[in-house]
Amino acid sequence: MIGFSGVAKRYPGGQEALKDVTFSLQAGELAFVTGASGAGKSTLLKLIPAIERPSAGSVVVNGQNVGALKRAALPYLRRHLGLVFQDHKLLYDRSVYDNVMLPLSFGSLAPRDAARRVRAALDKVGLLGRERANPIQLSGGEQQRLAIARAVVNRPTVLIADEPTANLDEDSAAKILDILLSFNQVGVTLLVATHDQALVARHGRRVLRLEAGRLAAA
Amino acid sequence: MRTWARQHREAFARALRRLAAQRAATLLNALAIGVALALPAGGYALLSGLKAVAQRTSFEPQVSVFLKPGAVRAELEPRLRADERIAAWRFVSRDQALAELRGTEGLSDVIAALERNPLPDSFVLTARQRGAGELDALAASLRGLPGVAHVQVDSAWAARLAAIAYTARLALAALAIVLGAGLVAITFNTIRLQILTQREEIEVSQLLGATDAFVRRPFFYLGALQGLAGGLVALAILAAGLAVLNQGVREIAQAYGSSFRLAFLAPAESVLVVGTSAVLGWLGSLISVSRHLR
Repeated sequence: MIGFSGVAKRYPGGQEALKDVTFSLQAGELAFVTGASGAGKSTLLKLIPAIERPSAGSVVVNGQNVGALKRAALPYLRRHLGLVFQDHKLLYDRSVYDNVMLPLSFGSLAPRDAARRVRAALDKVGLLGRERANPIQLSGGEQQRLAIARAVVNRPTVLIADEPTANLDEDSAAKILDILLSFNQVGVTLLVATHDQALVARHGRRVLRLEAGRLAAA
Repeated sequence: MRTWARQHREAFARALRRLAAQRAATLLNALAIGVALALPAGGYALLSGLKAVAQRTSFEPQVSVFLKPGAVRAELEPRLRADERIAAWRFVSRDQALAELRGTEGLSDVIAALERNPLPDSFVLTARQRGAGELDALAASLRGLPGVAHVQVDSAWAARLAAIAYTARLALAALAIVLGAGLVAITFNTIRLQILTQREEIEVSQLLGATDAFVRRPFFYLGALQGLAGGLVALAILAAGLAVLNQGVREIAQAYGSSFRLAFLAPAESVLVVGTSAVLGWLGSLISVSRHLR
């Protein structure tokens, strides 16, 4: 499903974010990516949807070497991935409903089916009934749930979440994690980056621990 | 195919919404484009009007053939009839010429003072070809005919008119090119600002799987719609300008016993102005999008 082989990432300034990272994740598996700030967690996650390209090695997602994909092929790769960003990346000039509808507007789903999917996704994250609200009116936890609804509306096979519980209180963080885990329980491969060791310990799942760009535990 | 059409419909609707959301900026842009396009369109309308005047006033270059005293008209007529370069001709006797001159305002007293008619018999010819070279060649061959004293051809006038018309057309074309480039620049800048304003939305869309075509499409529609609006404003400015100008033209024309007016563009020409404006708007957005959305 996801395979990293000898992956290194060096940024133009010369900073080496990842060094010789090798691991694989099977379909339906769940793993946490942990490490201190600057350990390379976000860079690792960005390599999967080809937001960043590896400087060396290969990243294979669903059988495709994403590092070798041409720019024109990237949208089709990304439509099969659900991405939850640390800063949500919501559009604050659009309603909750329109934010979730956004990924479906690129695809070929009929408008009626798309509307049904949006409502289902909002229902799953507990935001049904808030469709007309503006994201700015939502709390931090609700905004993150909205971001999850947007990430899953395309029914992705892989869900990637970068620090989804950062800046959230304990209850909100637990709720977010429960929602993410519920997707994993129905077969979605889940990769969650977090620096919250307690959270990881509580769930006792596979951990990819990064230290200064190297994989210390996989 | 249905998805493609739906996405185009949605992109078009999004472009319309963006134009409507920024009404003041949209109106000012349309006005700037309209003014830029109204100048060459107005110049074209004026040239067309002058051309119509020239045609109505029968400005065909004519050749006057003056006969020697005692020359016989009948000897020349068969030669003129046989010459294929001559479209029409008429004989003007010396008495007829004097009578016409006498009828000319301000000359009747001068003519009355003459002791005898000094005018010769003449033929007034209309040539088939109107070029200066053809007229000169015709005049040269007429000079060689027996009984011909003098041939007067207005080829210089024809050449001057042709040169003026050519220069005016060139100036108009240059003006249209410069102002067309201005239109492209206006659209380029508008789209650049739009891209900057929507940078976040574009980035998020690309991260979530939007293709380049999907992201760019609304900007193309935006540019074309802005050009279209500018073209319509140009036609409105032109109509208003001609209405004002025609008040003065009417008075001048009436003094010459004419009902001449400067005409508005033909429907096909109006469509061409609006269509060209839309295409130039699209071109401006294409350049801007190619430069700012990589």
